[in-house]
Amino acid sequence: MTERVDHRVRDDRSPLSPAVLAGAASFARSWATAVIGSSYVPMTRAEVAQHLQDLTEMLVEALYASPFRTAPGYEIGSRLVDAHFTGTDTLGRTVQLLGDDLLAELGATGDDRLQSRLAALQGALSAGYARALRERTLAEQEAIRAAVLDARDQAEAMLRASEARFRAMFTEAAIGIGIADIEGRILDVNQALQDMLGFSVDEMRQYNVRDLMHPEDAGSVWRLYDQLIAGECDHYRAEKRFHRADGEQVWTHLTLSLVRDDHGEPQYQVAMIEDVTDRHLLQNRLRYQALHDPLTGLPNRALFLERLGRVFNNRGKHLRAGLCYLDLDGFKVINDSLGHDIGDQLLVEVGRRLDHSVSGEGKLVARMGGDEFVILVEGSAGEQDIVDVADRVLTELEAPIRIAGHELSVSASIGIVERQLSGTTSADLMRDADITLYWAKADGKARWALYDPERNAREVARFTLSATMPRALERGEFYVEYQPLVRLEDSTVTGVEALVRWQHPEFGRLAPDRFIELAEETGLIVPLGRWVLRKACEEARRWLEEFGDAAPFVSVNLAVRQSRDPELVRDVKRILDECALPPHHLQLELTESAIMGTADEPLEALRALCDMGVRIAIDDFGTGYSNLAYLKHLPVHELKIAGSFMEGLRAENEEDPVDSQIVATLVQLAHALSLGVTAEGVETPAQAARLLRLGCDTGQGWFFARPGPPENIDSLLRGDL
Amino acid sequence: MERPSWAPGEIDLERPSVARVWDYLLGGAHNFAVDRDVAQKTLEMMPEVRGGALQHRAFLRRAVRYLLTKGVRQFIDLGSGIPTVGNVHEIAQAVDPAARVVYVDLDPVAVAHSRSLLEGNERVRVLQADVRDPVSVLASPEMNDLLDFREPIAVLMIALLHFVSDEEDPLGIIAGYRDRLAPGSYLALSQSGFEAGEETPEIRAARSVYERSVTRTTLRDSAQVTKLFDGFDLVEPGVVRLPEWHPEGPDDEGIVAKAFPGFAGLGRKAQR
Repeated sequence: MTERVDHRVRDDRSPLSPAVLAGAASFARSWATAVIGSSYVPMTRAEVAQHLQDLTEMLVEALYASPFRTAPGYEIGSRLVDAHFTGTDTLGRTVQLLGDDLLAELGATGDDRLQSRLAALQGALSAGYARALRERTLAEQEAIRAAVLDARDQAEAMLRASEARFRAMFTEAAIGIGIADIEGRILDVNQALQDMLGFSVDEMRQYNVRDLMHPEDAGSVWRLYDQLIAGECDHYRAEKRFHRADGEQVWTHLTLSLVRDDHGEPQYQVAMIEDVTDRHLLQNRLRYQALHDPLTGLPNRALFLERLGRVFNNRGKHLRAGLCYLDLDGFKVINDSLGHDIGDQLLVEVGRRLDHSVSGEGKLVARMGGDEFVILVEGSAGEQDIVDVADRVLTELEAPIRIAGHELSVSASIGIVERQLSGTTSADLMRDADITLYWAKADGKARWALYDPERNAREVARFTLSATMPRALERGEFYVEYQPLVRLEDSTVTGVEALVRWQHPEFGRLAPDRFIELAEETGLIVPLGRWVLRKACEEARRWLEEFGDAAPFVSVNLAVRQSRDPELVRDVKRILDECALPPHHLQLELTESAIMGTADEPLEALRALCDMGVRIAIDDFGTGYSNLAYLKHLPVHELKIAGSFMEGLRAENEEDPVDSQIVATLVQLAHALSLGVTAEGVETPAQAARLLRLGCDTGQGWFFARPGPPENIDSLLRGDL
Repeated sequence: MERPSWAPGEIDLERPSVARVWDYLLGGAHNFAVDRDVAQKTLEMMPEVRGGALQHRAFLRRAVRYLLTKGVRQFIDLGSGIPTVGNVHEIAQAVDPAARVVYVDLDPVAVAHSRSLLEGNERVRVLQADVRDPVSVLASPEMNDLLDFREPIAVLMIALLHFVSDEEDPLGIIAGYRDRLAPGSYLALSQSGFEAGEETPEIRAARSVYERSVTRTTLRDSAQVTKLFDGFDLVEPGVVRLPEWHPEGPDDEGIVAKAFPGFAGLGRKAQR
């Protein structure tokens, strides 16, 4: 790239004749044809021809010059090489062409002097060419060797630089790096890894990779290691713990990679180890926080449910387990009256006492939220184990708790469930413990209750009944039966008591004791009672039409809730009107408590009914606590003595003097107040006879007739029986 | 394993190099016995190889001169090899001293030699890189310091693509360069090849010597070479036998030219 071809245009003061110049041009053309293609010359053909013509003219001038010199020949040879006529054939063809053609082209054939001069110039040209080519070749050889050396230096410099980079990467890396051979011999470890494990390079080199095994390593860590060493995988990641030189532990993320040789055979293993101890500890702390109640420090609901789930997943370990579901009694009052701060401190102390009283393997105390705590006992032997725990807890809570000058007495209610793990689920266990806690509360608090599947079944049935009752009323599943009220004196049916029944599609025929209480709880008693009242009045109306003066009145039970229903009087009046039933054909039965324990309003309602002409009877008299002084002022017409007093009058041969005296007294009392008396539960002829003797007015019971459909009453009235 | 681009290349003087064999064929002495040995063996079987080398070099000269007349002043010479004689910057800077050239070759010796020769020429750079990786080549400081990619650039692939197999995706490589070039840029391309059925047993034998000792070759016919100009408009006369591309004299055409084992073309990147 340094060579410059000499394109100088020759000056026009050529001493040569035009004929000689023409011959020179002709020779130059032949010359160009002879040498072109023997090497690359960076010129067009025309440029080549021009270049050779210049050289030819120079040669011809030298041929004729005086004095004759061979130097131009030498120069021409040199210039050929400069123009890169370096092909091996160039010189041969040139010399031959000069000898064969030049003198002929110049028209000087046979000129011995010129022939001799030409030979001398040919020799000089050859020498000049050879010398220039030799120099050029040597220069180029030197240049290419220098280039090789440069390239090698460059390559080595790059290699050193790259090695230095790798070395820096290795030594300065923040991540721990270790290299071992395929047998596991540790070859090198970087500073970060030395710092991480607390061993120096020399110490590490004493170890085999397998010496770094940790008892907590997952099995997969070393299984994958074997696969990697065998060349079956190229890298893997794992969580791994290491022992530090100082005995501490390091949690790490490990990436192990296999380095293969040129033939793909395993050669080295490179471990990249990141210290994640801090992250691990943080995770542990976060996990602890997520699973513990910040107030009491006890496990929280999440941890409890996790543990409970584990108990069920490891059923092989334990066959049974138990739960105490605990709730403080009256905690809300403490919280509301003394403040949340005192409430919180109370919970802390309760938590501490629970934890204290329940300790040991397989037991867990957790705070479920609010003032609810739960105790899990794994591997219990039976119910007694859990009952013991519950007793200990209740005892532990007996001592008053002193907080900020307050001496607080707390108690707790505990629901206990204990059972075999097979056949149940954690959800079942929790639900049953919760239900049982509710029982303990309902049974009076400050106690434990044990889960009872039968009680539960009953409650479930009760729940089912109360849930299905509204629709039952709509669908007409209820019906009314009638039991006669018989005048003892002459066995005349004077009245009938209406008794509601439920033909349940699932449970069959249900007596009122199965559902009246529920209906009271849900409030359905009001519509149900109204329905019964209407039904009874309709029936009474029918009897009135059919039997005239002999028709009985109907006696309908009025539940407590009904008696307090402000609509009661209006409902009764409307029904009587609609049925066109004279009011004295209706008797309403209320319990003692319904009448006595009430405020003024219901009493006013009763007075209103009484004034209307409706009869009022006190049902189950003698079982409640009647205010006898008060009784005198009540709008009542009839006392119905409870069936329980009839027991002592039952037997044919002897009677219980106490029961007999009570009944006699009640009859006298009623008569003294100008009230009629009806005895319930009359089942034997002896009872009927004794009641008559004691002056009782009316009897009711199986001895006369069981409750039945209205047609039965028809038959009785017709005297069919 | 792939060698990272910054890792040093191998310098093995026991193996012939494409660049030094080529230098020998052009009449240079930048070569070693092992290179000359291969060149001689090839020449014995196929003497035309020398003429072929000269023709590729002559096409380079004619193409660069043509481009100079079209106003192109920036050149990328891919696979530039040993700077023998008649190099791109010599041709270009003879016309306009402000012309700029970047030489690219993977051969570390060729690159070292080029650098030593070009020391002091501010308008020339030499980049050691694999021309099959246009992203790295175009991202190099050598390119970006010297060339203005908003102006037309001529990319030269002289006697290059017969060393790039179809599996190496020559079209993708060319596209990699083309997409960085401004409209009005050029691609000059020459490579060995025949039309179907022209390859003689002698040529096959010569090729096998070369392939065994130096490198694989992929010959292409004129249609295949034409396809390489995807995204370029071919300048007249299109893809032709090398001597037929803008011949300088009657000797460049004729019987020998008609059978010449190589094609060349020059394409201009279309205006968008």
